[in-house]
Amino acid sequence: MIRVALLVAGKDLRIERRSRVLLWQVVPFGVMALLLSGLALGPNQVGHSSAAPGLFYLVIVLVALLMINRSHAIESTRGTRASVATLGLDPAGVFLGKAAALAVELWLTAIVLLAGSVVVLHTALHGTLVATPSILVILGAIAGAGTLYGALTSGGSAAATLLPVLSLPAFAPLLIAGERSFNSALHGGALLEWWVISVVALAVYMALGILLYGVLEES
Amino acid sequence: MAGGFPLLSGVDLELTSSSLTVLVGANGAGKTSLLRLLAGLIGLNAGEGSVLGLDLATVDRRQLRRRVGWLGHEGSFYDDLSVEENLTFAAKALGRPLEELTNVLERVELSSRRDTAAKQLSAGQRRRLGLAWLLLRRPELWLLDEPYASLDDEGRTFFDALLGDVVARGATVVVSAHDPLRSAQLCPRTLVMAGGRIVSES
Repeated sequence: MIRVALLVAGKDLRIERRSRVLLWQVVPFGVMALLLSGLALGPNQVGHSSAAPGLFYLVIVLVALLMINRSHAIESTRGTRASVATLGLDPAGVFLGKAAALAVELWLTAIVLLAGSVVVLHTALHGTLVATPSILVILGAIAGAGTLYGALTSGGSAAATLLPVLSLPAFAPLLIAGERSFNSALHGGALLEWWVISVVALAVYMALGILLYGVLEES
Repeated sequence: MAGGFPLLSGVDLELTSSSLTVLVGANGAGKTSLLRLLAGLIGLNAGEGSVLGLDLATVDRRQLRRRVGWLGHEGSFYDDLSVEENLTFAAKALGRPLEELTNVLERVELSSRRDTAAKQLSAGQRRRLGLAWLLLRRPELWLLDEPYASLDDEGRTFFDALLGDVVARGATVVVSAHDPLRSAQLCPRTLVMAGGRIVSES
């Protein structure tokens, strides 16, 4: 399973590096969305508002939806799906590989967006750094859930629009935990309980993905 | 089933090993559906059948798919990866030694294009990359969906020679095509399909 996961993750990341969709389309989109969020807050609110973590995660969700669709579009042509299916790869390994690649892409994007958040939304640098480990865990869980829901919707004619409708309820608890822990890191508050919730959510989505990904692919 | 209508019905087909069979028919005749059924890519809703000794009604389709090779006319690999990277992925997935790549690339005459992205290959070269993927896999049953589409005469001749070699080595090959093969090298069994049925054989 781990061998397949490393193989699939390496392949997905290499394709992303070649196509540069992440670099030239997804990240600039995220930065623009963050800038617009700053403008929406207005000059008086920026730096004083507790909305920054929520806005950060809102942008992360928009970016993640693009990335999830992209991750599954790699195998969207029927011929590629068919020939990869005949390789007999372990579906649990494929899930872990795709989720790992998506998590790496989300982490890289988050670094840019967190820097943007410090500059545009004037979030405190120290608090942002304290929040970073919990952000990494939440993004890992989003990658796991997103990979699972991406498999559910991929191949359908309305995949791009169906994915947000189906996946947002699954993302909601992750976003709440992420926003709360980020806010706690910035303004003081209980961090540990949100940490525990984030780690449990990560473990649950990974376990569900390992168990269900093969079934979803077959269906 | 598609839209409440059966994709295939009344298909009575027996394939012998080390043979080449061509499914001929117009669009919608059921050629691709039959190939996908044989590949374990779609399930059997009714009727009975077995492929490579595996019962289609009860088999774990993953088990079947590991033993068949599929080449679709729309491309069967990752466009953003190079020829070598595509084959390396397949070789690692299959646990094959990477040394085999050189032989396979030479066999499909793609050695000089090993660093070229798959999306930059011509139609004929893409088909050769698909063949290379299958040669690495060494499946017992080769299922090729319209492999001759948009191939020039040179590409067809190359394809025929390679298929003839593969059949001679014991593989079973099923090919779909719009028209009967006009090959001087191959004498395949030809099945004509229409409306999801096999209507004649020659």
